[in-house]
Amino acid sequence: MSADANNDRGRRRFLAVSAATLGGVMLAPGIRLIEIAGARAPEQAVSRQIRWGLLIDTNQCARGCDDCVKACATENAIKSGGNPRTDSQWIRKVELKDLRRGRTHSVPVMCQHCEHPPCVEVCPTGASFKRADGIVLVDRHICIGCRYCMMACPYKARSIVFQDVVDQNPDVPRGKGCAEACSLCVHRIDQDRLPACVEACAKAGHNAMVFGDLNDPRSEIAQRLAKFASAQIRADLRLNPGVHYQGL
Amino acid sequence: MAESIAYRELAATSPRYWMLLALLAVPLALAAGAYFYIEHYGHIVTGMDNQVVWGMPHVFAMFLVVAATGVLNVAMAASLFGATSYKPVAALSALISLALLIGGLALLMLDLGRSDRMIVAVTSLNSSSIFALRVVLYDGFMASVGIYLWFLLERRMNRYVKPAAMLALLWQLLLNIGTGLEFGFNFRAAYDTALYAPMFIAYASAYGTAVFVLILLAVCSWEQRAAADEILHRLKNLLGIFVGVSLLFTVLFLVSKYDQARSRDVARFLLFDGGVYTVLLWLGQIALGGLVPLALLLRSQVSRGALTAACALVVLGGMAQMYVTLIGGQAYPQILFPGMVEASSFFDGEIHPYTPSVPEVLLGLGGVALAAAILAVALRALALLPQRFDQTAGPQA
Amino acid sequence: MTRNGIATTAGRIAKAMCLLALWLPLLAFASGRVPKPVIEIDKPGRCVEDTATMRREHPNLLRHQRDLTMHEGIRTRAHSLKECVGCHASTKTGSVLGEKGFCQSCHDYASVKIDCFVCHASKPKLAAGAKP
Repeated sequence: MSADANNDRGRRRFLAVSAATLGGVMLAPGIRLIEIAGARAPEQAVSRQIRWGLLIDTNQCARGCDDCVKACATENAIKSGGNPRTDSQWIRKVELKDLRRGRTHSVPVMCQHCEHPPCVEVCPTGASFKRADGIVLVDRHICIGCRYCMMACPYKARSIVFQDVVDQNPDVPRGKGCAEACSLCVHRIDQDRLPACVEACAKAGHNAMVFGDLNDPRSEIAQRLAKFASAQIRADLRLNPGVHYQGL
Repeated sequence: MAESIAYRELAATSPRYWMLLALLAVPLALAAGAYFYIEHYGHIVTGMDNQVVWGMPHVFAMFLVVAATGVLNVAMAASLFGATSYKPVAALSALISLALLIGGLALLMLDLGRSDRMIVAVTSLNSSSIFALRVVLYDGFMASVGIYLWFLLERRMNRYVKPAAMLALLWQLLLNIGTGLEFGFNFRAAYDTALYAPMFIAYASAYGTAVFVLILLAVCSWEQRAAADEILHRLKNLLGIFVGVSLLFTVLFLVSKYDQARSRDVARFLLFDGGVYTVLLWLGQIALGGLVPLALLLRSQVSRGALTAACALVVLGGMAQMYVTLIGGQAYPQILFPGMVEASSFFDGEIHPYTPSVPEVLLGLGGVALAAAILAVALRALALLPQRFDQTAGPQA
Repeated sequence: MTRNGIATTAGRIAKAMCLLALWLPLLAFASGRVPKPVIEIDKPGRCVEDTATMRREHPNLLRHQRDLTMHEGIRTRAHSLKECVGCHASTKTGSVLGEKGFCQSCHDYASVKIDCFVCHASKPKLAAGAKP
């Protein structure tokens, strides 16, 4: 009997320690928080219960640092066509200065993946659409290249491809004549990986970008948004973007 | 009210007419060449970039579409508002409206980044898009004007002209308002006001009437017969009113943009610091397109020359206005962080330069030539011109 | 020429053109001037469907799959264009395009323009670590 009691105590202690460790691992700020949301099988459709978002702590963004920009260009195989005015830019660093106070910021800006995207509203063919999990995408199969989405977007998020494209990333089809913008690396998200910019920023140690499920109160992004003040660009337009900024 | 307006085709000797078509074929061929050039190499060969995404083809297209809705005013006045002296030219007005709209639409379709998907553009429509709605509005407008024209010309259907005209008027208003709100509902600082809807109705009326008078004078001079003085006199007054109302809305728009703190910067840009846009606004749109024609038109007796000049100036002023609205509105940057100075590798916070390229201008001129060609062919093939301009219809069998 | 005469001549010309329209393709096929498509299957294994089905249905399969992938995020591999390219790319050129490319060769013969590779990569992804 006492052996059994000892075993029980041992078992309970083991269970307690394991539970504590698992809980700690799950709650600790980590990179692979998609596991909490639940990995999605390839044949499963995306769900409206998830809303992907980004949180960018601009206090960690140094002027001149463009790790996120370079990572995006590499991942999506975006090469310069020789003229910056016609090159596609899915993400850029905007250098801000408050002239009255002298305050400066360096802010990465990309498609804000709005909840009420004006680009989706104006697209004549429905090529610009919002996926159930909140990512705003361009369906290049039906995009006719009218550029009305570019006129409508208040964040200047979209680009149009001005020349033939070769050597695309097979995961990121893009070509001449169609509009395009940051896809939140949808091809990586669907494989439970992080967007390239977020991963590059973390790898370089800046840790300015957090990606996660805005609808999941246990995700790091949701917890940070609940705790610290944050802002959306042009919040007055009431588009409710999925990208949030701190330190502005 | 039954009317017995006798219609006939455009009078022309064969060689002269073929010369006209040959002349029109030149800009058409150049435009076709420009279209294939742009389609093959991509929009890199144009002056457009990721900052100014709509260029000269859109300037021409918008002018044509807006004028198309306004030209119909003459027919509407004849059929719905009792302006019996316009009745002989109501069919001409409807035809010009169709021709201008087709020219404008063709330009919009040809400037697409993926113009090989034109069929997709008209078959797969996004129900919540105001842009997609406009495709429906265009089709409805063309159909209703077509029906109206048919009822005008088909003697048996003359008694249904009034309801057909009402339908056409409804579509005309919808299309005009839709075009205006395409800018009015846009967040850019130079747009973003519902004033664009009535403003574009005024612009359409002015440009459409001016184009109508010019074509009427051209047809009469081609046929070497005197145009009806009464019609021209009334049109001169009508045009004067429309130009005046357009000026009023322009002033209202600029003053309201300047007065509101959130748009004062873009108003200053357009009014004072905009370089080419400021010149085109003051000199092109307001002076040459508004004040000078008013001075020419608001006299009791206006010579043919003065009338022609006034109409031509209104058209030029209209092109200037479209350039300022379309290109100027895009040249001014979108403000992401109000109150802060912005700079980036994607040209945030700077005025965006734009230079029209040759292919774009050729394409735009081709749209105009297309409208003219449709007009020339239709007038010769169909009996749409009245035998007599001074015929006012009275109640008769 | 009389009215009847014109009608008869027009009728004869129309008849001749119809016969020609039926006969020319026969000539074309018989002459052997049009190069038959080169179908080189370098990699072992079977395709996801049988050949007859693939020939007939591949446009519909791709079109259906693209909507599922784009709008619902369903990335099953069976009808994925990326997987087609991964398997069918020539080992010599690394692409499904080109004169003897798997896709291009048949499409050239059938004279059907391929729209896919304006946007989609015609070469499979390189092995991890290798950069284009």
